[in-house]
Amino acid sequence: MKRIGVFVCHCGTNIAATVDVVKVVEAAKLEPGVVHAAEYPYLCSEAGQNMIIKAVDEFGLTGVVVSACSPRMHETTFRKAAAKAGLNPFMVEISNIREQCSWIHKDSKDGTEKSIILTRAAIAKVHLNEPLHPGESKVTKRALVIGGGIAGIQTALDIAEAGFPVDIVESTPSIGGKMAQLDKTFPTLDCSACILTPKMVDAAAHENITLHTYSEIEKVEGFVGDFTITIRKKARYVDMKNCTGCGLCYEKCPVKKAPSEFEQGLIKRTAIYTPFAQAVPNVPVIDKTQCIKLKTGKCGLCEKVCTPKAIVFDQQDELITEKYGAVIIATGYDQISLEKFGEYSYNSPDVITGLEFERLTNAAGPTGGDLIRLSDKKKPRSVTFIQCIGSRDTSKRGKPYCSKICCMYTAKHAMLIRDKYPQIEVNVFYIDVRTPGKNFDEFYRRSAEEYGVNYIKGQVGKIIDQGEFLTLQSVDMLGGKRMDLQTDLVVLATAIEPVKSVRIIASMLTASIDTNNFMTEAHPKLKPVESPTAGVFLSGVCQGPKDIPETVAQAGATAAKVIGLLVKDKLMTNPCTAESNEKFCNGCSACTKVCPYGAIAYDDGIVHVNKALCQGCGACAVTCPSGAMDLQGFSNRQLMAEVDAICR
Amino acid sequence: MSVGEFKPLVVAFCCNWCSYAGADLAGTSRLQYPAEVKIIKVPCSCRVNPLFVLRAFQKGADGVIICGCHPGDCHYSTGNYYTRRRITLLYSMLDYLGIEKGRTHLEWVSAAEGVKFATVMNKFVEQVYELGENRRLEDWRCKS
Repeated sequence: MKRIGVFVCHCGTNIAATVDVVKVVEAAKLEPGVVHAAEYPYLCSEAGQNMIIKAVDEFGLTGVVVSACSPRMHETTFRKAAAKAGLNPFMVEISNIREQCSWIHKDSKDGTEKSIILTRAAIAKVHLNEPLHPGESKVTKRALVIGGGIAGIQTALDIAEAGFPVDIVESTPSIGGKMAQLDKTFPTLDCSACILTPKMVDAAAHENITLHTYSEIEKVEGFVGDFTITIRKKARYVDMKNCTGCGLCYEKCPVKKAPSEFEQGLIKRTAIYTPFAQAVPNVPVIDKTQCIKLKTGKCGLCEKVCTPKAIVFDQQDELITEKYGAVIIATGYDQISLEKFGEYSYNSPDVITGLEFERLTNAAGPTGGDLIRLSDKKKPRSVTFIQCIGSRDTSKRGKPYCSKICCMYTAKHAMLIRDKYPQIEVNVFYIDVRTPGKNFDEFYRRSAEEYGVNYIKGQVGKIIDQGEFLTLQSVDMLGGKRMDLQTDLVVLATAIEPVKSVRIIASMLTASIDTNNFMTEAHPKLKPVESPTAGVFLSGVCQGPKDIPETVAQAGATAAKVIGLLVKDKLMTNPCTAESNEKFCNGCSACTKVCPYGAIAYDDGIVHVNKALCQGCGACAVTCPSGAMDLQGFSNRQLMAEVDAICR
Repeated sequence: MSVGEFKPLVVAFCCNWCSYAGADLAGTSRLQYPAEVKIIKVPCSCRVNPLFVLRAFQKGADGVIICGCHPGDCHYSTGNYYTRRRITLLYSMLDYLGIEKGRTHLEWVSAAEGVKFATVMNKFVEQVYELGENRRLEDWRCKS
């Protein structure tokens, strides 16, 4: 029989306030095999760990149970302590009496009783633990960044600078993302393109960076250090090598009716197009849904005018497969659809979103930066911004979270208007103005105090388009009155949400996603840039709303974590793998069919598990009809022992 | 909620990647759910052999709940699909044995769904309370 030591943590008062730790210790002492039991205020502290190490030696322990916080917090800590004491680290079991007892049960009796039972289950399990030895796996020293916005570009640049090759996969024809669409940036009012385009060029020119634009992730296999990923390079119908980017093709293209994605549909583009002037790569693509030649076989004007013969109408999608050690998700955001917000009359040309305003005020935009009403091309006499459209909205149609960037970009928009056109009156309807950031509150106050922007606390219930102007049925909460405000142009600070495709990407990478489609971090505070799936990292708004400075900071943090992984030559593998007992195997090979990793080989009427490939899910152990297959660390006997201990 | 002296015993199998993390989040967020629930961690819901469920009932559990990642979100890609099929079969077998349907439950809880975890546990325990003690499958020979 094992000699087991049980250690119960107070976690300050986190556990001890609700759970009677002394009672847990006394109860543990009565369990078979327990030769020592003790409690301590903070077991995770150095002194706490030393207490365990000492006890292993003093009592000749062969198994350790720690009743403390979640194993997701400190399992590694206590395993390392056990290893220091000369025990195999897998002879440690944790019973989670903080997250599962003291923090959720107010009644001390309930909490203590349950802690005793959970500790008993861990003791029962540790009796059956066997020493396990992790294997090693190689690390492919190459990273893949999914998304070529500022988050992806910055992460890629930082990793590339450290000397590792990085590929960026971007679904649109150019890198740059949302930041490329912005006019100025808060709180400094520096030009967005001026600070972004050099980075885009750097990324394209960097010897360690490979760009795959107009491309998507097709398939993901493997795991941390050894992902095999297939990328679909969508047919551009333009040869990247031959194209000189002269632009003659789109000048001659007779199709001029496709809405421009980059200009938020405010103007039309041609069928062959470059999304914007500074696009990287500066190579056009043909929109096959619009091109006359691709649809009917006629036209081909672009091909005729292209002197370097770069137009290739029979180009096909290309699949490339590459190995990576780490994957970074940097897929960014979109504004939510305003379909369900009929009261704001978004169908009126004079009601636009924040991103549409960016294009309208941008010198490179559809009006050359001239602020006009899209309905009658007249200069507006007044512009009204409405905050929190779909943000902080607990009804099903909106988003429960704060989109974080809108208060500040609205202050920016308002200042830009007042600066350029002092005669235009600017109103802002807000619920709260949120300005937590360096120089943010100063910026907002400047908009109100120096630029004379009229802030109104209140919401707009309905917008009525009356042709000449819009009437806003609204409430001024501070004035305590209902009012009908007439204005010429309305800008809706529309909520942002993760791009729709992130669900598919997360699912391919088996990375978790939350109820709002934001990627989940491995730990909200201590591992904010790692996904719970090893080898998958997060950068930018895919993880939660953030502005440009925060995105760039996070991108750097992500890169540091990725570099930390890529510098390793070998990784320790999870030793909790499946194992087949050849004496019991009847050779039915049912296990080989359920293994998602192809880790089980069928050979000579018997199966063998490839430990390097097995990830330890346990599907095979349950499938095996003869009880030959089992999972180390979570064996049939161990789990049954836990069931028995709980039900005793 | 309580009926007489009866205090049910509920075993919850939670997968490491989603539901166990969801339970942790419920804990960190201080969301109350009944102490009747005792969690056993498994790497994936597909590690739960239906025999474990039967064993729990045999040993006196009044309810067994299995929690895994949402379909399509399994850390091991396909594990929870196996769970879904196995537990569906188990449901019909338990039904055949005369074990009330409400005693076994399969639920998807992600790592971000602390609130859902607590809600699911509250609901399930209440349901088990209504069903009363498990007398049909409990094996008195197993009692020490």
